[in-house]
Amino acid sequence: MSNAQKKEESFQPGYKIIGKPLARHDAWDKVFGKTIYADDFVLPGMLYAKVKRSEYPAANILSIDTSEAENLPGVKAVMTAKDVPNNETITRFGQTHSVGGFEGLYRVLADKKVRFMGEAVAIIAADTERIAKEALKLIKVKYEPLPGVYDPLEAMKPSAYQVGEGESNVICGYKVRKGDVEKGFAQSDVIIENTYRVPPQDHAYIEPESGVAWTGDDGVINIRVCTQVIEHYREIAEVMGLPHNKVRVIGSMIGGGFGGKEDITVESYLALLTWKTNRPVKLTYTREESILSHSKRHPYVLKYRTGATKDGKLMAMEAELISDAGAYVYLSPWVLLYSTVCATGPYNIPHVKVDSRSVLTNNTFSSAFRCFGAIQVCFAYESQMDELARSLNLSPIEIRKKNYLKKGKALATGRVLDHYVAFPETAEKALEVLGEKSKPESPYEKIGQGIASSMQSYGRMVFLHDTSRSYVSIELDGSVIVRCGVQDLGGGQASSLAHITAEVLGVPMEDVRVYIADTDLTPLAGTTTASRQLYMSGNATLKAANEIKKSLLIKAAEILGKRAKNLDLLDKKAVVIDETSTSIPLTDVISACASEGIPLYNVAQFNAPFRELIDFKTGQGQVFPDFTFGTHGAEVSIDTETGKIKILKLIASYDVGRAINRLSAEGQLEGGTIQGVGYAIMEDVILEKGVTLTPSYSEYLVPTSLDVVDVDKVMIESGGGIGPFGAKGIGEPSMTSIPAAIANAVCDALGVRIFDLPLTPERIVNALKKS
Amino acid sequence: MKTYLIEIKLNGELKKVEVTAQETLLEVLRDKLGATDVKDGCSKGDCGACAVLLDGKAVNSCLTLALQANGKEVTTLRGIGNEKKPHPIQNSFIKHGAVQCGFCTAGMVVIAKAFLDQNQNPSRQEIREAISGNLCRCTGYEKIIDAIQNMALESKS
Repeated sequence: MSNAQKKEESFQPGYKIIGKPLARHDAWDKVFGKTIYADDFVLPGMLYAKVKRSEYPAANILSIDTSEAENLPGVKAVMTAKDVPNNETITRFGQTHSVGGFEGLYRVLADKKVRFMGEAVAIIAADTERIAKEALKLIKVKYEPLPGVYDPLEAMKPSAYQVGEGESNVICGYKVRKGDVEKGFAQSDVIIENTYRVPPQDHAYIEPESGVAWTGDDGVINIRVCTQVIEHYREIAEVMGLPHNKVRVIGSMIGGGFGGKEDITVESYLALLTWKTNRPVKLTYTREESILSHSKRHPYVLKYRTGATKDGKLMAMEAELISDAGAYVYLSPWVLLYSTVCATGPYNIPHVKVDSRSVLTNNTFSSAFRCFGAIQVCFAYESQMDELARSLNLSPIEIRKKNYLKKGKALATGRVLDHYVAFPETAEKALEVLGEKSKPESPYEKIGQGIASSMQSYGRMVFLHDTSRSYVSIELDGSVIVRCGVQDLGGGQASSLAHITAEVLGVPMEDVRVYIADTDLTPLAGTTTASRQLYMSGNATLKAANEIKKSLLIKAAEILGKRAKNLDLLDKKAVVIDETSTSIPLTDVISACASEGIPLYNVAQFNAPFRELIDFKTGQGQVFPDFTFGTHGAEVSIDTETGKIKILKLIASYDVGRAINRLSAEGQLEGGTIQGVGYAIMEDVILEKGVTLTPSYSEYLVPTSLDVVDVDKVMIESGGGIGPFGAKGIGEPSMTSIPAAIANAVCDALGVRIFDLPLTPERIVNALKKS
Repeated sequence: MKTYLIEIKLNGELKKVEVTAQETLLEVLRDKLGATDVKDGCSKGDCGACAVLLDGKAVNSCLTLALQANGKEVTTLRGIGNEKKPHPIQNSFIKHGAVQCGFCTAGMVVIAKAFLDQNQNPSRQEIREAISGNLCRCTGYEKIIDAIQNMALESKS
């Protein structure tokens, strides 16, 4: 047995159900077709909504004539910007050093100018979907097309076309400064300098955006919607000019989100139309509409210069990151900050200089996507590591092992890593599983292997002062209720709370009922984003369940004449530890508590670590609560005649901290890896002067079962996470390093590097021609 | 608009419904017959979420006109199995963690049923081919393949 394996085992504690692979409580309804997704929901008298969208990426709106549409029988409302109580709301993002204070504009409907193709201009509600569609055609919008700007580097120039109305195209910028890079480069024996480009990516969740809204008692606007953020009720209330407590958002089970349902999608349109018509209204996007109108992963241009000594010690890294924010700000400032902090990767580098900018263009707007700014830089820094290794005749693992960060060491931002850092462990294991290179089957085939490591945060940025709340109660019959405002993306966010509660209260998981995602009825738990729900709501639920357990054990101890600290809850009983024949049924303890008025519920709040803003002049300070570390491995085969790439092996080697539900944790490692394969080899939202050429699954290709292989998983459980039971977030990290691993494998096969994603046959053939 | 009265045997139950010539089977199933277990992911045959069995053969209901289903048997996910009588493939999806967001599940189970009816001893590669018209964005397909393969193995033993 290796030392690493021994270490793993020493972390395995005696949990009852934590870590077991168990069926999620929501899976049964899903497999029987009983889950009511957003579009499955209907109400009597419901109207159907449609959105009129801009046909130009950049144009002035000269006039909008809705009269014909309004006169079509069956049309109940047509609304344009002038009908929206507060059409524009502003989110303020604070200060950055190079740009100063900046603001994110949320505009419900375009009025004077359109900024991207597919931007909403008018909304309609009608008796049937068919009538609504007919009415769309009758809305006459007169445009004056404008030149627009579609390349972020062009858009940065002072003379560039102005995307917005008054604001600068450059929306934010950050810096990291550590040591003196020029000194570092002078001390380097080899310097590698390259420019990398990554494309926009569509989330391509199978469930398009959808929701139903109705006006309820006391004028409350109710919106049942597939969203990652029910707490947008505040923004919607501001659009409507209503108090926050007059808008209620109910989150339905989400048919996939991956960050694409983090910003507002259909909510404001639904609120406006139900408010105007006093009827329930449904709005569901078509696939094409979804691809045209929702956010994308930010395309980046990444200029990297990395220097090392001849024995492979990193001395300096200089990076310039430019992200294309598209037409509106949305979450670009935060995504860019993630990229900036993660720009060095998990490496100890004495001299670092990072400069980053995010720039408006007339492309579809960019915002959140799983890995949130960390995947773009990982592709660059891990390509750089392999290039350094190649020029120094070192193996990819040798150069990484000389430079990995370790516990107690600091990032370039000064943040000291105070928990277990799973390097080189994850990389060594990934290589071990990768094994010998397969043999080519023909002279035209080349085989390559690659690895890439990453660090990805979980939990929101610490200066946001993030919190989550959860309510746990136990019924007289011993069944358990959790109420928590968590949104369930399909990753098991709700079910993991049942898992945790069942562990603490010693009941089977089936006995726990979890109510989620209702701003009126469940304690607010924040967003299902940033790989934060297991960490945040898991901790809040653990805290609440532990409080109830404490009350139950005190009462049980009193009845049994024992000390509470010698008791535990197990199999619906309070039992004496080391003397399990002495016990009392849980229901008896509950009855005793109930008759004495001892509360059997608890609402707990978990606060993430709070920190002040970083120093924006130097980038020094703490941005994230913690990181998840891991390494991906890949083996590819390339047909040198056609440039076709075939994936042969995929390895995901991650420290998950602790797997709460093993099936769910494996599911994240598998799904994240495959989504990253898509980004690496096929996915690209192709825009030509702002016009999307890939508006459906026929053109925008995501991996099918035939494009990929099974993922070999190495799951390390260090217990070193700050989530419940030492868990870390794994939803996003599971994807971060696979594109770089594949790019490194392709380089290994061809002997020449490709600097742009995706690694299409065309790019591969062109690279072969050059070599 | 001219309508036609058609008869469909939906999950064993005879249904009469007025449809237009333009309406797809998917629209009629979801909007007129309450079969919301059938999912609409793209409406144009790219994703497979709307797969149903038409006289035992798997079709994308978004590419099938309602009129084409006249006089035929339509089996959806709930016709394959439900909480009262689960099909082993459904149990296998649960056991192997093949369900994440669940939006592709209906189509996947329908395709798996049609496939296993033809091939009781499939290899992983054959399963990959069978489900290649059904997109899943959450699982990476692995656990879906586990579920289908293990169900085949278990029903043999």
